[in-house]
Amino acid sequence: MIATFQAALSDADLNQLRSGLVRQVVKFRSRAVIVDVTAMDVMDSFASRTLREIAHMIRLRGAETVIVGIQPEVAFAMVQLGLTLEGVATALDLEEGLAYLTQKFKNIN
Amino acid sequence: MARREGNSKDSAARGQGGVELAGGEAPSELLRELVAHLRQNRTQLREEWVVRITEARLLTAMTKDEIFAEATSVYDSYVEALETETFEALQAYARNLSERIIPRGVETHEVVGIVLLLRDVLARSLFAKYQTDFKKLNRILDAYEPAANRIANTVAVGFVQERERVIRQQQEAIRELSTPVLQVRERLLILPIIGVIDPQRARQLTEQLLRGIRTNRAKVVVIDITGVAAMDVTVANHLVQTVEASRLLGATVIVTGLSPEIAQTLVTIGVDLGKMNTVGDLQGGIEQAERLLGYKVVTLAEPR
Repeated sequence: MIATFQAALSDADLNQLRSGLVRQVVKFRSRAVIVDVTAMDVMDSFASRTLREIAHMIRLRGAETVIVGIQPEVAFAMVQLGLTLEGVATALDLEEGLAYLTQKFKNIN
Repeated sequence: MARREGNSKDSAARGQGGVELAGGEAPSELLRELVAHLRQNRTQLREEWVVRITEARLLTAMTKDEIFAEATSVYDSYVEALETETFEALQAYARNLSERIIPRGVETHEVVGIVLLLRDVLARSLFAKYQTDFKKLNRILDAYEPAANRIANTVAVGFVQERERVIRQQQEAIRELSTPVLQVRERLLILPIIGVIDPQRARQLTEQLLRGIRTNRAKVVVIDITGVAAMDVTVANHLVQTVEASRLLGATVIVTGLSPEIAQTLVTIGVDLGKMNTVGDLQGGIEQAERLLGYKVVTLAEPR
């Protein structure tokens, strides 16, 4: 099962999302979460750190995370700020993220 | 030299008052007399100038005849500028001259050098002519020097402007040639980089690559820098950032053809080698990219 969200978010929204997502992963017995950030045209350090935390927490809860839809300009701005989302899977868009997960689960099974 | 300096200081100290008090001639009249003198001795002065140019080994890119021809026109424009006290014609001539000699590798110091030589040659001839009448010499120099300085200035500025224009044009051309992002297989891009990368070009490169990744939906990118001899720390850092930004877009980057110097630079700035995927040459890079994408290249028949 896959959960996605997309919006331009404030810090409070992000916090709420984090706790909501992490709780629902187990509730829905998700094997993976795709976080779609296509709509985010600005990514500050807080958002970036939250994304990484979400990914790591979800992994601890037994699921995979893929972050998809980072805009080229946003990607470069993030890298320049040193926000490289280490250890988090990324993909071009939703479709790619799905393809990545399908491939990954095929390998596991 | 010291004596000459003393002289001009003296004339500067006397300033404009000196000219007015002298009562005899107005500056324009003096200039007219000067121009007449220069016209009269045109052949001799011009030849002396050319000799001085050759002695100083200036304009070595040009033949003797060419130097003489240019010297003649410069001399005439110079005298004309002194006479009319307008510099537009001289400016246009300087620009035209620069346009002709810049492609032949004439340097700024040569152009400035020849104009200053002409200034010296003419000043010397004035010394020779008025050596008996010191007051008149001073007044003549008062009139001559500002005009001569302005001429030297005009020519030098004209030359430098022209040169800058040429440089700008070339930069433009290089930028346009810049960097193609090419798709060689479904989801595989290559980015061959040739020549010097300055920060501006690096930025443009990154933009093009990230956009290319999105439009071609690329999974793997091979950046080939065989044609780049060296890069400075800023650009090397930029390259690393480009690799990381590409990963955020879900593409793997393989860098190929690093020269020993660039490898040195990357080690110096302390690149995390876990993030950088490098292969020796472009062929190896494309082969690895094909493996990542699950392609297998098979020879179907013996080549004919």
